[in-house]
Amino acid sequence: MITQPEETTAAYQTVVGLEVHVQLLTQSKLFCRCSTKFGAPPNTQTCPVCTGMPGALPVMNREAFRLSLKTAIALDLHIPQFTKWDRKNYFYPDSPRGYQISQFDLPLSEHGFLHISDPQGAFPPKKIRILRAHLEDDAGKSLHDEAAGKADSRIDLNRAGTPLLEIVSEPDMRSAQEARAYLTELKLLLTYLGVSDCNMQEGSLRVDANVNIHMQVDGEKIATPIVEIKNLNSFRAVERAVVYEAQRQYELWRETGKKLGDAPKQTRGWDDQAQLTRAQRHKEESSDYRYFPDPDLAPVLTSAEEVEKLKAAMIQRPAELRSRLQTDYALDAHDADVIVNQGRLFVDYFIAVAEKSGSGKLAGNWIQQSVLRYLNEQEIGIGEFDISAAALAEMIDLIQSGELASSRAKDVFAEMLNAKTTAPEAMKTLGIEAVDDSTLVTLCQSLLDDNPRIVADVQGGKQQAVGALIGQAKKKNPNANPSEVRKICLRLIDAM
Amino acid sequence: MALTPEIVKQVSLLARLQLSADELELMTQQLGRVLEYIDKLAEVDTENVAPLAHAVELSNVFADDQVAPSLPREEVLANAPKRDDACYRVPAVLGD
Repeated sequence: MITQPEETTAAYQTVVGLEVHVQLLTQSKLFCRCSTKFGAPPNTQTCPVCTGMPGALPVMNREAFRLSLKTAIALDLHIPQFTKWDRKNYFYPDSPRGYQISQFDLPLSEHGFLHISDPQGAFPPKKIRILRAHLEDDAGKSLHDEAAGKADSRIDLNRAGTPLLEIVSEPDMRSAQEARAYLTELKLLLTYLGVSDCNMQEGSLRVDANVNIHMQVDGEKIATPIVEIKNLNSFRAVERAVVYEAQRQYELWRETGKKLGDAPKQTRGWDDQAQLTRAQRHKEESSDYRYFPDPDLAPVLTSAEEVEKLKAAMIQRPAELRSRLQTDYALDAHDADVIVNQGRLFVDYFIAVAEKSGSGKLAGNWIQQSVLRYLNEQEIGIGEFDISAAALAEMIDLIQSGELASSRAKDVFAEMLNAKTTAPEAMKTLGIEAVDDSTLVTLCQSLLDDNPRIVADVQGGKQQAVGALIGQAKKKNPNANPSEVRKICLRLIDAM
Repeated sequence: MALTPEIVKQVSLLARLQLSADELELMTQQLGRVLEYIDKLAEVDTENVAPLAHAVELSNVFADDQVAPSLPREEVLANAPKRDDACYRVPAVLGD
């Protein structure tokens, strides 16, 4: 019986490698021109090629290959000059051809990496090596017909032939948090690149996790047999499954003593309801797939010049943007992280506000504390936000010039949203105007004249007594800036 | 390498073919002869020959990413041994 993982950090080291399948954002399938649109009625987006009719000839989608190369470059993968397609043979009802078209020994890219870090410092920043990224086509979907009992499965082949990029990491992650950080960063990068929408609900991003544990026992290094976990429907599920599986393997090892090599690689499925992994069908040995080059598909040659051209056109990646926001706009690491993680549109909004207002720090604060909070509350994106970057920058300008007191700025922000208006207009509506120094001095002097006891208290060393005057000042003039009132009062008393 | 009935059995399993004992023996003989014939290639000196990844000397054959009409569902499902109005029907897929 396996219970919640206890204190086990000292007992073993969790080792995780991840296989991520992402659906590429193409209009048509990988080897035929059927639509890849999600949600169409079953079997309305198929043709002889993707249903595996005899004699049908696949032709590679140019855009799918381009998106793959773009991703490969973003992951610092090496792109060999020559790549080809292979048949991976197996029978399954959702794969009508009896084989998947994939890449075996000569994938389109290999040996790259992705940096991960944790702003909360759960682990030190590290580099996760990526073994390879290759293209393959997706299978169809089995629908389980509850109404008809357990007699039949129904097959929908709309998804069959959709382009998938499989990104395989090295087993470089050492905890569930690292696995999650890798997935989060990979997803962010892919959405920045625009190569996939990474929608897990619609299956555009799927994760399998390879997990085992390493231990030091009497000076000997021991590893448990590797288990591949499937059916991971969210990043949270990945985290939980890794923690669960590591502990399960530890307890199994204590029971049986079975080490890596004593048992074949096992496939287990994550049961999110029960929060545990269950054994699945035997994983056929790789050679059982009888890979061989697909004779229907021509290999692809990519010249060094083409790779250079793609590199030159590469966008700034999230990691690069994080450091740029820190150097160019004086944000700290945490703030830069929060902004970059919201996506490219959000970063552009921040940069526009920071540039126009000339203050990265103020722009960062407002955008994180007020804009982001509002977006989260409303569950909308920055694209649907009513205050333009220019309008927010104008408000920040007014704060910087002293015309708008920080204490009133939140009200102005709310009014700008409320009335869909500019900062100056909102200030007019709220009756906010800058109070010049001489007006403030006059106001303070009259307050001191009316409150000799407070003056005496302050003179007697009780500086905090001046606080009572601030409230009175605000009553007489709501635009009076509290910290200014305090400063002026103390100065006036001092000069008495 | 001599082909054994065990190997043929394994291959027939992967190919989802059920062979009777007689068929298994026949296949072992016949496939064995095919393999022997192919083994002749091993006599050729390939020391300085680069492995061939593809039989046709073509590369970079692409189509543009433009959606073309799919087949009508009725046509797609026409040859299915078992179907309903929208899907193929197959014996229940167990496990995952």
